[in-house]
Amino acid sequence: MRVEMLTFLLAGAICLFGALGVVLLRNPVHNALSLVATLFGVAVLFIAEGAHFLAAIQVIVYAGAIVVLFLFVIMLLGVDRASAEGAERVPGQRPIAIAAGLAILGLSLTAILAATERVTGTPSVVGPLDDGLADINRLGRVLFTDYIFAVEITAALLTVSVVGAVMLARRSKDEPIDLDEFPDGTTASHLPDYVDDIDELPVDDDVTAAETDSSEDATAEAATAEAKPNESEGAEPNASVS
Amino acid sequence: MFSLTQSWYLVLAAMIFAIGATGLLIRKNPLVQFMCVELMLNAVNLTFVAFSKMLNDVGGQAIVFFVLVVAASEVVVGLGIILAIMRRREDADTDDISLMRG
Repeated sequence: MRVEMLTFLLAGAICLFGALGVVLLRNPVHNALSLVATLFGVAVLFIAEGAHFLAAIQVIVYAGAIVVLFLFVIMLLGVDRASAEGAERVPGQRPIAIAAGLAILGLSLTAILAATERVTGTPSVVGPLDDGLADINRLGRVLFTDYIFAVEITAALLTVSVVGAVMLARRSKDEPIDLDEFPDGTTASHLPDYVDDIDELPVDDDVTAAETDSSEDATAEAATAEAKPNESEGAEPNASVS
Repeated sequence: MFSLTQSWYLVLAAMIFAIGATGLLIRKNPLVQFMCVELMLNAVNLTFVAFSKMLNDVGGQAIVFFVLVVAASEVVVGLGIILAIMRRREDADTDDISLMRG
């Protein structure tokens, strides 16, 4: 019992600190790595609850595929630096959001603790957990008998999402929709052109959050995007070389 | 010494869910908001597994399997949309994406 308690406390602490890191850290890469910590803690808790197969696919699918996808997009877009959160459009958004989070927490805790250890519902409807089978055997049998329709629909969902992602990510040669904001009509004007010699790039050593602070206004930023060659993105290849 | 009951798992899941919901409302980077959605989905998964143990029922674990698949496809499509937007505007946050505002 003491080992289980220790496992729960350690994994729970990892989960909570990872979750706080996702919300509070400023650099998107750090957010993604904190998310890995939380997912790993949840996987450990899955093992503590006897769901070994789910723990395995939690690590493989979430930490292995989804977070890598996040990191890939972060690197591709070049937003892997501290982002300054701009001014709030809705006045008092942050206090209201924190109050809403606390309200959600309070409501859930009340619901959980008021009904301590009393769960509504009929036990073992789909199948018992303590039938002596291995976890993956039990889950596989349930998935391909009781939930076979859901499995088939899931296959269709995955196909649709793959096709949709390819369609979305394809760079179209047509005009962008918002031509009024981008009269030149280029779709990727803010991305740096390919440079043969990396030393030709303008060097800007102190790319900090202060720089993005100064350009909070989105429209001003969009207007200047074509006007000036982008210093911040130009500095990145230099940073990776050194 | 307290004994470890299933309620502890539910309380932890509620805390992770609340943190994720708060982050979704506070942060403006769409990528980070997606990560907060993942946090909330994971909290719900943990709840499903805890209830599955409490009710001695394998159905809760099967639902977690489907939640994982839906989360994966949601991330793929969402990141595709973010990529398409970010390619056109640098450093867009969710306040700037107001093309469809009525």
